[in-house]
Amino acid sequence: MAEAALGTRTKSGSYPHVTAWDRLKVNREWLAWWFMLPAAAFLVLFLAYPLGLGVWLSFTDTRIGRSGVFIGLENYEWLWDDSVFWVSVFNTLLYTGVASAVKFAVGLYLALLLNENLPFKAIIRSVVLIPFIVPTVLSAIAFWWLFDSQFSIISWSLRKLHLISTNIDFLGDPWTARWSVIFANIWRGVPFVAITLLAGLQTVSPSLYEAATIDGASTWQRFRFITYPLLTPIIAVVMTFSVLFTFTDFQLIWVLTRGGPVNATHLMATLSYQRAIVGGHLGEGAAIATAMIPFLLAAILISWFGLQRRKWQQGESND
Amino acid sequence: MTDVLASKQIDPRAVLTGSSALADHSEGMSYLHSLPRRLVTLYLPLGIIMLVLMFPFYWMALTAIKPDEQLLDLENFNPFWTWTPTLKHIQKLLFESNYPLWLWNTMLVAVSATVLSIVASVLAAYAIVRLRYKGAQWVGGAIFLAYLIPPSILFIPLSTVVFQYGLFDTPFALILTYPTILIPFSTWLLMGYFKTIPFELEECALIDGASRWQILTKIVLPLAVPGLISAFIFCFTLCWNEFIYALTFISSTSHKTVPVAIVNEFVDGDIYRWGSLMAGALAGSLPLVVLYAFFVEHYVSAMTGAVKE
Repeated sequence: MAEAALGTRTKSGSYPHVTAWDRLKVNREWLAWWFMLPAAAFLVLFLAYPLGLGVWLSFTDTRIGRSGVFIGLENYEWLWDDSVFWVSVFNTLLYTGVASAVKFAVGLYLALLLNENLPFKAIIRSVVLIPFIVPTVLSAIAFWWLFDSQFSIISWSLRKLHLISTNIDFLGDPWTARWSVIFANIWRGVPFVAITLLAGLQTVSPSLYEAATIDGASTWQRFRFITYPLLTPIIAVVMTFSVLFTFTDFQLIWVLTRGGPVNATHLMATLSYQRAIVGGHLGEGAAIATAMIPFLLAAILISWFGLQRRKWQQGESND
Repeated sequence: MTDVLASKQIDPRAVLTGSSALADHSEGMSYLHSLPRRLVTLYLPLGIIMLVLMFPFYWMALTAIKPDEQLLDLENFNPFWTWTPTLKHIQKLLFESNYPLWLWNTMLVAVSATVLSIVASVLAAYAIVRLRYKGAQWVGGAIFLAYLIPPSILFIPLSTVVFQYGLFDTPFALILTYPTILIPFSTWLLMGYFKTIPFELEECALIDGASRWQILTKIVLPLAVPGLISAFIFCFTLCWNEFIYALTFISSTSHKTVPVAIVNEFVDGDIYRWGSLMAGALAGSLPLVVLYAFFVEHYVSAMTGAVKE
């Protein structure tokens, strides 16, 4: 049957003529080129090019309104001797270290609590995420009011409880200012960590816990030998994101302290804004921003190779 | 051992309700704990954490409706409540400032940037997952890396680029730069969704003579609607939240977005500014919270999709 059909067809010669254009239209490489074009255009013009330009600017003495000339490592030498820069590096590391550690601990604890059988579970879980949904700047303004030196409700409550005698100057003293901004950062970051870890917890089969309980495992042992190992991959990814976004934070500090008092709470991101946009020294600001790249690379490499090497990182599926 | 987690698809609905196939022993082992014990180990710490998480919002809302004299007099009035709420701050915000204009700017920028990004991401994600051209894997990895590049190291060079292109102080400066944050994220998210669509469907369509474009618009996209919604609202939220680009690229008051305008325009020497400041922060958060209330599951799936898959 089929042979007959084929035979008649060849004889009559009715194959449509396949042009080069027809071949091109179904060529995957050619199609992919056009499909990738919009995304690639955005990412090259506004991401890759500025990234390279930023590194170049850090080797020049560019100012706002004046293009600079190549001055080699002068910006970096200048920063090396600049105590404010080193304070900002210290602050960034402190801020990232403390905030990430606490966010992880509290986030994991909250995830474990939310994983229990609770009344109104869905509502509670949805409400927990609200601090993450609300724009950082707007919640930071609420914290600014909470940390007010005169009318802070925290100071007022502590005074009424007779724990302190005078108002705490939350944002006026270097160390209380540091702890205050760290607290605000933790407040915003905990829901993200908690809900993503909760998603991981949901995939742990309850029968594992039941089996362990029958075998006489304590609560701690169940956490240590069931929950934690099964959660490691998702912890690795969540904490990479958390560290990365804490390290490069700008909004919270800018709204709460603008780097003050006397440059004591500058992070590298706020200092680079201060120098480049407020001060007009684009080259110097770019040098500070470029100095963040090695730290970021270290964080990315640790997650990429160190913690979990998984297929999805190369864009493949998980199975 | 870790594969147990990896092989399970995370279901956003289950994250919120806890009713996944795995956890359908709804009571679990909680019957082993007595009520007093649960009170101390579960409800008390949960209550404290929830209180800390929610208090700033309560305080924002309360400040926004408190009369000025009560805001600054903590001795004669109970600061935690007010019996004489006022709409003065909100009225001042809406009718005596540019606030509605700033809201409109933010909305315009957020919607345009999100739509642009989703279109670019759908095409890119489809090409990476289904056209599988040479080097698609590497492009997938590069997009993940692009997601990790933070705006705070890009804003200085971008400001010179924006100036060179003549976009400085126009909404286009934001509409064209926000996609650099959104495209990597949403491409990554959509790649995960597209992978779950059986490619047998596409093969059928190809045999029936459909072009790639027809396959994308008539088969893949209708099936990926939940993913598109997730990507859309998460991108929208990111845009609304963005601060450093808006602060750097916009200088005139009438082009500012809500976060920047609140920080720069409302903060003056006025000691009575707190009421309208809080009203402004609250009004700026409301659109997102309302959106969130309608699409909780999609938010959760966007978040978990962003860290996994």
